Amino acid sequence: MPVAAGLVGTALPAFGVLPAIGGRTLSLDAWRALFEQPGVLTSIRLSLQVGVLATVLSLAVAVAFCALLAERAALRRLSAWIAPMLATPHVAVAVGFAFLIAPSGWLVRLLSPEVTGWERPPAGLVTLRDHAGFAMVAGLLLKEVPYLALMTLAALNQVPHRALRMTTAALGYRDATAWIKAVLPLVYPQLRLPIFAVLAFSVSTVEVALILAPGNPPPLAVLAARWFADYDLQRYFPAAAAALLQLLIVVALLGAWLVGERAVAWLGTAWCERGGRGGAAEVIVRVGAGLGVATFAAGVAALVLMLLWSFADSWRFPAAWPDRLSVDNWMVQGPRVTGVVANTASLAFCTALAALLLSIACLESESRRDHPPTRRAMWLAYAPLLVPQIAFLYGFQVVLVQLAVDGRWLAVAWSHFVFVLPYVFLSLADPWRALDVRYPRSAAALGAPPWQTLVRVRMPMLARPIGVAFAIGFAVSVGQYLPTLFAGAGRIATLTTEAVTLSAGADRRILGVYTFLQAALPLLVYLAAIVAPALAFRHRRGMA
Amino acid sequence: MTVASGAQPLRLADVRIALPGRVLIDGLSFTVEAGRIVTVMGPSGSGKSALLSWIGGFLGPPFAVHGDVFLGTRSLNGAAPHARRVGILFQDDLLFPHLSVAGNLLFGLPPAIGGRRERLEAVGRALDEAGLAGFGARDPATLSGGQRARVALLRTLLAQPQALLLDEPFGKLDAALRADFRRFVFDFAQRACLPTVLVTHDAADAEATGGPVIELG
Repeated sequence: MPVAAGLVGTALPAFGVLPAIGGRTLSLDAWRALFEQPGVLTSIRLSLQVGVLATVLSLAVAVAFCALLAERAALRRLSAWIAPMLATPHVAVAVGFAFLIAPSGWLVRLLSPEVTGWERPPAGLVTLRDHAGFAMVAGLLLKEVPYLALMTLAALNQVPHRALRMTTAALGYRDATAWIKAVLPLVYPQLRLPIFAVLAFSVSTVEVALILAPGNPPPLAVLAARWFADYDLQRYFPAAAAALLQLLIVVALLGAWLVGERAVAWLGTAWCERGGRGGAAEVIVRVGAGLGVATFAAGVAALVLMLLWSFADSWRFPAAWPDRLSVDNWMVQGPRVTGVVANTASLAFCTALAALLLSIACLESESRRDHPPTRRAMWLAYAPLLVPQIAFLYGFQVVLVQLAVDGRWLAVAWSHFVFVLPYVFLSLADPWRALDVRYPRSAAALGAPPWQTLVRVRMPMLARPIGVAFAIGFAVSVGQYLPTLFAGAGRIATLTTEAVTLSAGADRRILGVYTFLQAALPLLVYLAAIVAPALAFRHRRGMA
Repeated sequence: MTVASGAQPLRLADVRIALPGRVLIDGLSFTVEAGRIVTVMGPSGSGKSALLSWIGGFLGPPFAVHGDVFLGTRSLNGAAPHARRVGILFQDDLLFPHLSVAGNLLFGLPPAIGGRRERLEAVGRALDEAGLAGFGARDPATLSGGQRARVALLRTLLAQPQALLLDEPFGKLDAALRADFRRFVFDFAQRACLPTVLVTHDAADAEATGGPVIELG
C-alpha cells in the first residue's frame, strides 16, 4: 500500500502534475528536461552496466562456491560466518571496501613503497569511482555473494541433494559438475526472488553509488536523488521522471532476466545431454569459488579497516599500520555519536519488533486456518524489495508532508517498517511452516487454548528463527538510507545517513567511527539473537 | 542394450565397519562373479546399507572402515566415487525432474559416444529394449512408478558401470510390480555381465536371485 501510494505520488509530477509547486497540467516537459540533461544517457548506461554485471557475477560466484563446497561439512560451519556479513549494512561494507582499494587504501599501502616505489598516493591511478563502475560492482559483490550463497544453502534443504550427489557420482560425474547439472536446476526456482532483489537493488541503489560510483555523470538513481534534494523546486519534475524511468528500467531488466533464464535453461539442457562428466567446468568452478573466498576475505578486511581507522591517531601513507593507536577519535566524537546511535537503535529496535509481531500474527493466523499464502501474496510481500526506493519514496514523502508528519521519528520509523517487514516475514515464514504440526496439535489435545499453544509451544520451539528474524529486521532498518533521508526530511540523523555524508571526503578516522558502529550494532544484535536462545536451552539437546 | 563390460568379479576382503562403540561388520569377505548376484540381508541398523555406501565410495565419518574392495585387479580403496565405475540403484528413482526421460538417459550416456544423433539412437534402443519405446520426450513426472524405476535402471546401465549395487530398489513398489521389476533388473544385470550386490530385507528378493545370501547382524 505505501508502495502504491508512493508510486502514484512520483508518477504524477513526472507528467507535470504537482499542485503544491505550481504543476497543474499534464505535460511531457519533465521528460524533455530529463533527456536534455548532459550525460543522462551515460547515467542510464552506467546503471544498467553496474546492475547487470553485479547480479550476474554475484550469482556466478555464489553458485560456483556452493557447487564446490555444498556437500562438505566445512561449508556448513562456514555458513555460520557468512550470515553476519548479511547483517552488515551496504554503506559500511562500501566504505570499508573503499578504505581497502582506494589509491591511498590499504592494498596499495601494503605494496608501497617496496613493490610500487610510491612514497605518496599515486595521482593517476583510478581505483574508486571509475567511469565503468567496476569499483561499485566489486563493492556490491562483497554483500551480494554471501547473500545469494546463503539463500542457495537454505534452498538446498528442500531437495534430496545428498542422494542426487550419490546418484551422479555413481554415473561417473565429478562433484561440482554434478551439482550444477543436477542440483542447481532444482534449487534455482527458490533463488529467483532473491536474485531479483539483488538486481533491483544493484541497478537503483543510491547509497552505495554515492560512495563507489563516479559522480559525474552518476548512475541514474543518484541523479534523481540529487534533483529531489535541489533547492530549485522545478527540479522536482525531471527528478520524478528520472525516478519513474528507474522503475521502468528495473521492470524491463526483470523481464529480460526471465527471458534469459529460458535461453540458459535450453543451453543447459543441451549441455546436460552431451553427458560430459566434468573437465573445463571443474576448473571454472574452482576459479569462481576462489573469487567467492576473495570476496569474503575482502569483506572481513573492510570491517577490520574501519575499526583500525577509528582507533588511528595518525596513519600516514604508505604505512600499512597506523603510526599510533588511540581512543581520541572515539572520545571526541562520543557526544555527537551517542545521539545518532540512539536514533539508529531506537528506530531499528521498534521497527524490527513491530515487524516481528505482525509477522507472527500473520503466520499464526495462517497456521490456524491452515491455508498457505498464494504465490501472488508472496510477490506482494517482496514488492518493497523489488521496486526501486527512489521510485516511490518521493511520492511517499509528499503523502507524509500532506499529513504534516515528515521529519518526525514516527514518519522515519514507518518508512523503515515498509522495508523491514518483508525481510522479517520472509525469514520467519520458512522455519515457521516447517515446524511439525503435530507439536501444536498435541498441545491442543492436552487442553492448551490456542494462545497458550502459541506462547508456550510454538514460540519457544522457534526461539532461534524468531531471534534471527528480529536481527535481520534490525539490520535492515540500520542500513536504510533513502527512507531516512526522505521521511526524516534531513532532520533525523542515523549512522547510515551520517556515514554517507561523511564519505564525501571527511576524515577517515571519523568515518571509521561511524561505519564501524554501523556494522557493529546489527552484528551485536545478531549475536545476541543466536546466543540468547542457545543459553536459554543449553540443557535441551533437542533444541540444538 | 549394448553395455561394454570388462566382465570382472567384485571382491571384498576382510571388511570391518564400525561406529563409535559398536562394530557393525567384522571380517566380511566375499566375491561376486561377473553376471552373478550376491544378496546381503539383515535387520535395519545391521550395516548393510553402510556396506553398499562404502563400496560406492560414499561412507564418511562417523563410520570407521578397514578392508579392501577390488574390481578385477583394480583396487577401489580411496578412489573418488565418480572414478569407481560402480552403478547404484536406490529405493527412490531420483530421476532429474528438470530433464525429459531421454535427457535423463543422455545424462547417463558417456560423452565419448557419438554426436547428438548417435546418442539419441543409443537412448532410443535402450528404451525399446526396456519396453518404453516412444517415452523419450516424456516428463519423468508423468510416468508410473514402475516405468520410472525402469528408466532409472537404464540410466545407470547406460553409464557403463563395471559393477552394480542395488540398495533395496524394490522397496517402494507394490507386490505385483515388484516381482516384475525384479526380473527386469536381474535380466539386465546378467546380460550386461555385471557383478551385482543386492541389499534387501525381503526374503523373496533373495530367493529370486538364485544366488548366495549373506546374513548380517
